[in-house]
Amino acid sequence: MSTFNMKRMLVAAAALAACSGATLGADISGAGATFPYPIYSKWADAYKQQTGIGLNYQSIGSGGGIKQIKAKTVTFGASDMPLKPDELQQAGLVQFPMIIGGVVPVVNVKGVQGGQMVLDGATVAAMYLGEITQWNDPRIKKLNPTLALPATAIAPIYRSDGSGTNFLFSNYLSNSYPKFKDSIGANTSVQWPVGIGAKGNEGVANMTAQTDGAVGYVEYAYAKQNKMAYADLINTAGKKVAPDADSFQAAAASADWRKAPGYYLILTNQSGDKSWPITGASFILLYGTPPDAAATGAALKFFDWAYKNGGKMAADLDYVPLPDALISQVRATWKAQIKGVAAM
Amino acid sequence: MNTVARIDPRHAAGQRLRERLFRGATLAAAFLVLLLLGGVAVSLLAGAWPALAHFKFAFLTREIWNPVTDQFGALAPIYGTLATSALALLLAIPVSFGIGIFLTELAPVWLKRPVGVAIELLAAVPSIIYGIWGLFVLAPILQRHVQPWLIATLGPLPLVGKLFQGPPFGIGVLTASFVLAIMVIPFIASVMRDVFETVPDVLKESGYGLGATTWEVIWQVVVPYARTGMIGGVMLGLGRALGETMAVTFVIGNAHRIGSSLLAPGTTISASIANEFAEAVGDLYTSSLVALGALLFLITFTVIAAARFMLMRLERQALSSV
Repeated sequence: MSTFNMKRMLVAAAALAACSGATLGADISGAGATFPYPIYSKWADAYKQQTGIGLNYQSIGSGGGIKQIKAKTVTFGASDMPLKPDELQQAGLVQFPMIIGGVVPVVNVKGVQGGQMVLDGATVAAMYLGEITQWNDPRIKKLNPTLALPATAIAPIYRSDGSGTNFLFSNYLSNSYPKFKDSIGANTSVQWPVGIGAKGNEGVANMTAQTDGAVGYVEYAYAKQNKMAYADLINTAGKKVAPDADSFQAAAASADWRKAPGYYLILTNQSGDKSWPITGASFILLYGTPPDAAATGAALKFFDWAYKNGGKMAADLDYVPLPDALISQVRATWKAQIKGVAAM
Repeated sequence: MNTVARIDPRHAAGQRLRERLFRGATLAAAFLVLLLLGGVAVSLLAGAWPALAHFKFAFLTREIWNPVTDQFGALAPIYGTLATSALALLLAIPVSFGIGIFLTELAPVWLKRPVGVAIELLAAVPSIIYGIWGLFVLAPILQRHVQPWLIATLGPLPLVGKLFQGPPFGIGVLTASFVLAIMVIPFIASVMRDVFETVPDVLKESGYGLGATTWEVIWQVVVPYARTGMIGGVMLGLGRALGETMAVTFVIGNAHRIGSSLLAPGTTISASIANEFAEAVGDLYTSSLVALGALLFLITFTVIAAARFMLMRLERQALSSV
């Protein structure tokens, strides 16, 4: 979920500028996902002011983060796509969620304002498969009986760069519409049968805005800060939900993390009346038996501090902090699974 | 007299040593290039090997690009790379030729420098700027004004009509070619201007003296004399167009499909790599992207080799006709 909005970038730049002043030997090193980079930088900046310990996080993408931690060049890796439990075990890695985000469908239909349209997973999937080609299709009308829908052709816009946003969205469509699962599936990049690919959130937003009849999807914070014409969704409980911090947290809270070994859980289509159906967590990867116990201890101290003090900062940047119950569960996981680290 | 002839032997030895050192240093610099090139080729091949061994020849002939099922074929990016570059050259060569001729033969002296400097400045604009401009400025104009017209007037024609059908998205193969053309014009134009300037005035004046018009002098004196250099300039532009990444990624639509229409979205080799490499998980996926890089290397190498060959033949012709 690479991001490109001004507010976050400025914060990230400020954090970087602050970090570059003095480099300490004790800096925590990590690499991976681009989506959480702005909040990790903001946390790191505040943490450094309090403790003097900096964070050197390279936002090279989830794939890169996984490669780097497996090569043991960094203390922690970060990924938007969780590793499967058997893969974790094989590599000796411990995985836990750090921050929550989500994806929001956006539309450009004449006369339709943000929040007026209602869609569901199957309908959106059918649009992206090229089955539904016009906005006045009966399946869209059924969900929006009061909207005046034009006969405009639907132009699906997708993210061309591999991203956690793509993974969440395609995972959601796969879970909602078996035909999408069979023919396309879920990944950071998939082979879309129709539509055009735009680069990054900003590309999708721009293409959606300038193409009449477009449907697209962007990261929640991006849609919110740019006041885009988003659509509400029907969740698995059959309720209409709007994308906001509450509905993302509801999805995270209603998930049964206890039954998910390695926290391998994708938060799409969670149960619960208020759950936003395209929610996802960004994950941290650490070694269970760390090659450098002191470095891993320092990293855990930072994550612990972020869980405790980072909620407000995350909300400022339109990220969603983890629910409290989940945080205590993660702390228990650290105790049980990460060996030789006395810090916790 | 004898003071001139006498050379201090120590001084001579020092000079010889210095010359040898200098020779060694330049030799090392030259070999460094070969070493780097070899290193790039070897690491590309090594990285591409898993994908090539797995898909074999089908990697080149299949249009599929599906990271979910781990099925990869390079046909769509190869097509996109060649199509956008060829179209860009088609658009850029006449314009660049016009610029070159105007600046050397026709422009008043006071205009030559400002226009010449402006073209060189265009070459210095970073490619991401072209990409953003293409997406935010050019694409909406094409979408609203140019593409509907193309679809309405050229779309119904037989044969060529197929190239101009489909919805006007604003971005796609044609838009990418436009942006590429603008990006390569400064390169081709400045080379053309330089080679036109090498045409000896004596030749041109002889032409005029024989009563030739400006048109005749340009086509029968200037162009034949400068032909090799012109091709060199075009090849320089082609090299840039083949490898261009950011600008193309923004405006090509990034779809791993071969559309029959030029208005349809497509992808190029470098755009695919830029889009997907950072988040590519899995050995076969990463290796397929590296294999794309190796293919681009091969295509560029072939283009340069072909250009060299063409230049050699032209030079031989020129020699034999003298």
